[in-house]
Amino acid sequence: MAGVPRVIFTRAPHPDTRSNNQRKSDAKQRPFMIREHDARAIRLSSLPALFFAVAFAGRAAWADGPQGTPSIFAPASTPASNILDLSWFVLAITGGIFVVVGGLLAWAIIRYRERKTDDDSEPAQIYGSTQVELAWTVIPILIVVVLFLTTARIIFAIQDAPRPPAALEVTVVGHQFWWEFRYPKLGIVTANELHVPVSSAQDPRPTYLHLLSADVDHSFWAPQLAGKTDLIPNHPNDTWIDPRHTGLYVGQCAQFCGVEHAMMLLRVYVDTPEQFAAWVKQQQQPGAQDASVAAGRHIFETQACTNCHRIAGTAAAGTFGPDLTHLESRATIAAGAAMNTPKNLHAWIQDPDHLKPGALMPAMQLNDEQIDQLVEYLTTLH
Amino acid sequence: MADQTLPIAGTLDVTPRRHSRAMVLEWLHGWVVTVDHKRLGILYVVYSIFFLLVAGAEALAIRIQLAWPNNHFLSPELYNEMFTMHGTTMVFLVGMPILFGIGNYLVPLMIGARDMAFPRLNAFSFWMTAFGGLLIYYSFIGGFGLYGMGAAPDVGWWAYAPLTAKAFSPGHATDYWALALIVSGFGTLGAAINIIATTLSMRCRGMSLLRMPLFVWLMLVTSGLTLITITPLTAAQIMLTIDRYLGGHFFDTQAGGSAVVWMHFFWIFGHPEVYVLVLPAFGIASEIIPVFSRKAIFGYPAMVAASVGIAFVSLGVWAHHMFTVGMTSVGNAFFVLSTMLVGIPTGIKIFNWVATLWGGKIRFRVPMLFCIAFIFQFLIAGLTGIMLSVAPWDWQLHNSYFVIAHFHYVLVGAIIFNIFAAIYYWYPKVTGKMLSETLGRWHFWLFFIGFHVTFDTMHFVGFLGMPRSIYTYAPDRGWSHLNLVISIGGMIQGIAVLIFAWNLVRSYLRGKEAGNDPWDAWTLEWAVPSPPPVYNFAADPTVYSRRPLWDLKHPEDPDWKYEG
Amino acid sequence: MSAIPISPVAEPWRLPSRGRVAMLSLITGECAIFTIFVVAYIYYIGKSLTGPTPQQVLDVPILNTICLLSSSVTIWLAERQIERGKMRGFAAWWALTIALGAIFIAGTGMEWHKLIYVDGLTIRTNLFGTTFYSLVGLHATHVVVGLIGLSLILIFTLTGHVREEHSERIQVFALYWHFVDAVWVVVFTVVYIVGR
Ligand code: HEA
Ligand code: HEA
Ligand code: HEC
Ligand code: CUA
Ligand SMILES: [Cu+2]
Repeated sequence: MAGVPRVIFTRAPHPDTRSNNQRKSDAKQRPFMIREHDARAIRLSSLPALFFAVAFAGRAAWADGPQGTPSIFAPASTPASNILDLSWFVLAITGGIFVVVGGLLAWAIIRYRERKTDDDSEPAQIYGSTQVELAWTVIPILIVVVLFLTTARIIFAIQDAPRPPAALEVTVVGHQFWWEFRYPKLGIVTANELHVPVSSAQDPRPTYLHLLSADVDHSFWAPQLAGKTDLIPNHPNDTWIDPRHTGLYVGQCAQFCGVEHAMMLLRVYVDTPEQFAAWVKQQQQPGAQDASVAAGRHIFETQACTNCHRIAGTAAAGTFGPDLTHLESRATIAAGAAMNTPKNLHAWIQDPDHLKPGALMPAMQLNDEQIDQLVEYLTTLH
Repeated sequence: MADQTLPIAGTLDVTPRRHSRAMVLEWLHGWVVTVDHKRLGILYVVYSIFFLLVAGAEALAIRIQLAWPNNHFLSPELYNEMFTMHGTTMVFLVGMPILFGIGNYLVPLMIGARDMAFPRLNAFSFWMTAFGGLLIYYSFIGGFGLYGMGAAPDVGWWAYAPLTAKAFSPGHATDYWALALIVSGFGTLGAAINIIATTLSMRCRGMSLLRMPLFVWLMLVTSGLTLITITPLTAAQIMLTIDRYLGGHFFDTQAGGSAVVWMHFFWIFGHPEVYVLVLPAFGIASEIIPVFSRKAIFGYPAMVAASVGIAFVSLGVWAHHMFTVGMTSVGNAFFVLSTMLVGIPTGIKIFNWVATLWGGKIRFRVPMLFCIAFIFQFLIAGLTGIMLSVAPWDWQLHNSYFVIAHFHYVLVGAIIFNIFAAIYYWYPKVTGKMLSETLGRWHFWLFFIGFHVTFDTMHFVGFLGMPRSIYTYAPDRGWSHLNLVISIGGMIQGIAVLIFAWNLVRSYLRGKEAGNDPWDAWTLEWAVPSPPPVYNFAADPTVYSRRPLWDLKHPEDPDWKYEG
Repeated sequence: MSAIPISPVAEPWRLPSRGRVAMLSLITGECAIFTIFVVAYIYYIGKSLTGPTPQQVLDVPILNTICLLSSSVTIWLAERQIERGKMRGFAAWWALTIALGAIFIAGTGMEWHKLIYVDGLTIRTNLFGTTFYSLVGLHATHVVVGLIGLSLILIFTLTGHVREEHSERIQVFALYWHFVDAVWVVVFTVVYIVGR
């Protein structure tokens, strides 16, 4: 039993085993430690914590794959862990209220139930008591004051955190039903999989996200990195993360945005500085120019694909769909609806609705041969 | 007022005796044209129970779809329609009408009046509400959407702009949604005005405001709150309709309109709305708990003040549904504080109920079982509400299953439980027959267990990052087993509800005779026969305390000696 | 069971008029509707992406405003008359009220005609158009409803169906008209003063 809470706190964000080599090195994760004040909070809130721990231990035993679980109890970035600390504090207080009031209720219904031996006289009628009532008004007021002050402190700490000049800036644009990531200073445009450098106390490299929407409301939520912030058309928002551990963090759109809201998944790759630099370098290249797939490229450039997609170095400059310049550097397609394999690409181009019913890319009515050539071309886009 | 049992003027006949066609038609006609508050109350309740089954069936469809990852039971479109219709139906066609129905039936009886202040307005309100319900369900047939066939609204019950704009929601489903809510909104407004006028102007002699039963007080506060919360929704729906039909730009983000303004308008309605639902439920508990503890309610004046306080504070907390839309830190902090403040008057209510139990002789009949479960569940729900009100934590929990768990804990664990309690408690008055206690206990325990299996578990999937409104999820997220458990709980609740429905029908046909006052209770409605005659009271009653029947039963120790 | 014990205090028993309570409730609800529209109007001032702007096209409707506000006085005078049973005086003041309301509506109609056909501002032109026609239109709808009610009462008065004993009901209805006038003060301030 003693080890149980640790199950919650030390779950490391594992890299995605199905992704390409570049990310394999992340596998040697150092499970991060319970920080000192976490531990204190646990002791402080032993009762409810125990309750939750039991529940979670049970969950861990059944879980089909904890590596993909974006639990808010496994924070890996300052905003998320500040929130978790606050959560434990609030949980302790509300847990305490629950135990006291629930206990009184239980006691009342056990102690004062009507017994067989009772005569049928009515019990003493009590209409109220000013002192008692005053007490249970004042005590909650005090509790509210404490809760409010603690909360306000964290709100200001997270929301109004000073922005270091070295911060990486990424513009996130929500689309029905995929994410567009732009790195304005680096000249990179990509989709659905966000790459950010790891941050540490010695070398703080937070990432600031500027959140926009191209159509309806969405919400950016990678629970282990930060709370969610909405992407609202005509209402730009900002948020920030400073992941402390490399690896893959999953999340998804958390504001209902239409048919495929469920499949608007999100992946955040936290890279070492070297990996990140390499990734940036690669993303800045124009699309691959491989003569052996000219047929596929020709189909791409002569079909409507170019209306919606951009591939740097070609005539394709559409912005309605994801930028495909470095499609092969992504592990998934269509916002996580499928893994990025030639087979899935084929299926996707043949009939996007089959993989993701309601996706806003039309089936292009191409024959199998054309699609095969297209896929061959797309798979060269590293 | 010398006479005590308040003589009868013939009982209300609610069933056709002979089944000739003419008789049935006449009986039906009688119900359709009725302006009697009791019949209208029954109509409201029956209407709502029907929609409870419908929306419950929709919930079960949702649960079947989510029981396994990558399930294909419902298409994404259908799933989105299901949860939108489930939420909309439960709030507007189940919760509000059933509570207004119970209020309609009981308020005049409890204050010793012969009918509502405006009987015809009352009928009008009911039929408006009913028409709204039909309108929204008609969209399944008539609201052809993107796919050229029937399509119900699929934008969520909060219907955030600009998803509701013509560009993103073509077809008519969203129009049906907006129009239905405008129409039923007028019905609700009429009902609220009527209840206010009735409580203020129709009380019998001696029924001063501070002698009204708490249920009446809470209906009064609810109605007052309704006046100023339903109307902003109506206003917002009118704007939406202007956008959709006349090409307006209120919420058109392409033309400078604001999506956030819709959110504010919706939640200025939506938040007080949840208190509109819960306050009558509080009223029900405040009637039942004293009777089955055999004690007067503890701290009556404080209960009244707390209710008014809750209604008042609830007007200033709406943006706690919007902590993630990017308000300023000061704005966020303000709404944190105002939201937490609601806990204080609500706490007073919980403490007073517990104090009413304290020192009583508690009788665990079915209505009381539901009420005790209510206190317990509402305590937890309120505390999870406090967790959500902690803005930074809400940045994590918002739109996750934790929120779904929180509000079902209140909407089901508090409101539906109390509605069941109310039906078990007043069914004898309405029909003259007792509901079966055995079936009632089955119903209670199955529902209680099903409820906890479902909604306790939801909190945890929320912690594990599962967002709401998703029609499916991948197996590697680690949510699969918990979702299966949740779905099983839903099925158990379904069985319980079916037992309940069966109990209603069976007991009506062969239940035990109830008599006037089966629970040995204290408010005026128990002084008249069951079912009550058309004009309720043969002679206008006079009361001298909050518990007129207590005074009657205990002339040696009447209440008015003690009430200040 | 024995008789209900006699209360120690004999209480006088007076209750408010249900009509008045209901009308005040309705007005409360209406206030909430108007508040939402007014807030929307204020929020969107200056947010239109294209013209025309209020400064360019709106004229302050002074005559309208004077008419509508004085109709509150005339209806009050009508109330006084019916209280004293002077039905002819009542009918006269009542008719004058209707006339003033009608002038107001006609004025609004002319204003809209100019806006639509001369300035090309419709409800779909820009945010100003949307919010302007909605708010002013919502108020105008209330005036029209009020006028219909007023006219019906006038007809009933002239046919002798309204008598002195109905003065309570007349006053309840007049509350509505006072409300419509009061709202105009707000709408006027917001649209023609703040928003211009
Ligand atoms: C009847 C319904 C009902 C009721 C009564 C409540 C009551 C409360 N609710 Fe809930 N709520 C909903 C229905 C309800 N809610 C619904 C439907 C939604 C979601 C809508 C949607 O998005 O679709 C929602 C969502 C919701 C949110 C937004 C979550 C999100 O979307 O991110 C928040 C955030 O603050 C919240 C808070 C509260 C609080 C603080 C209370 C308080 O009133 C609770 C007060 C009670 C107590 C605190 C317990 C008793 C008190 C004591 C024992 C005293 C001591 C306690 C203290 C001093 C703390 N609710
Ligand atoms: C009073 C309100 C109320 C009530 C009682 C309920 C009751 C239930 N709700 Fe619901 N719910 C809401 C109000 C309510 N809900 C709201 C407002 C939303 C948000 C909507 C939105 O996001 O837009 C929501 C959303 C919601 C979701 C989230 C959907 C999503 O976001 O994707 C889920 C998921 O599990 C759910 C489940 C349930 C379950 C299992 C019950 C159970 O308690 C139901 C138990 C009842 C039954 C099971 C009935 C049994 C009847 C039969 C079996 C007979 C059928 C026969 C015939 C029709 C003849 N509800
Ligand atoms: C009408 C616009 C449109 C056209 C035409 C179009 N696409 Fe797309 N495409 C999209 C959209 C939108 C998405 C994102 C769908 C989603 O994730 O919901 C997408 C996604 C994709 C993806 C997955 C990208 C990723 O990183 O997830 C590929 C690959 C793709 N399209 C290839 C093609 C090819 C090849 C063609 C032409 C034969 C084509 N598209 C034509 C709109 C279009
Ligand atoms: Cu994007 Cu939900
Ligand atoms: Cu709320």
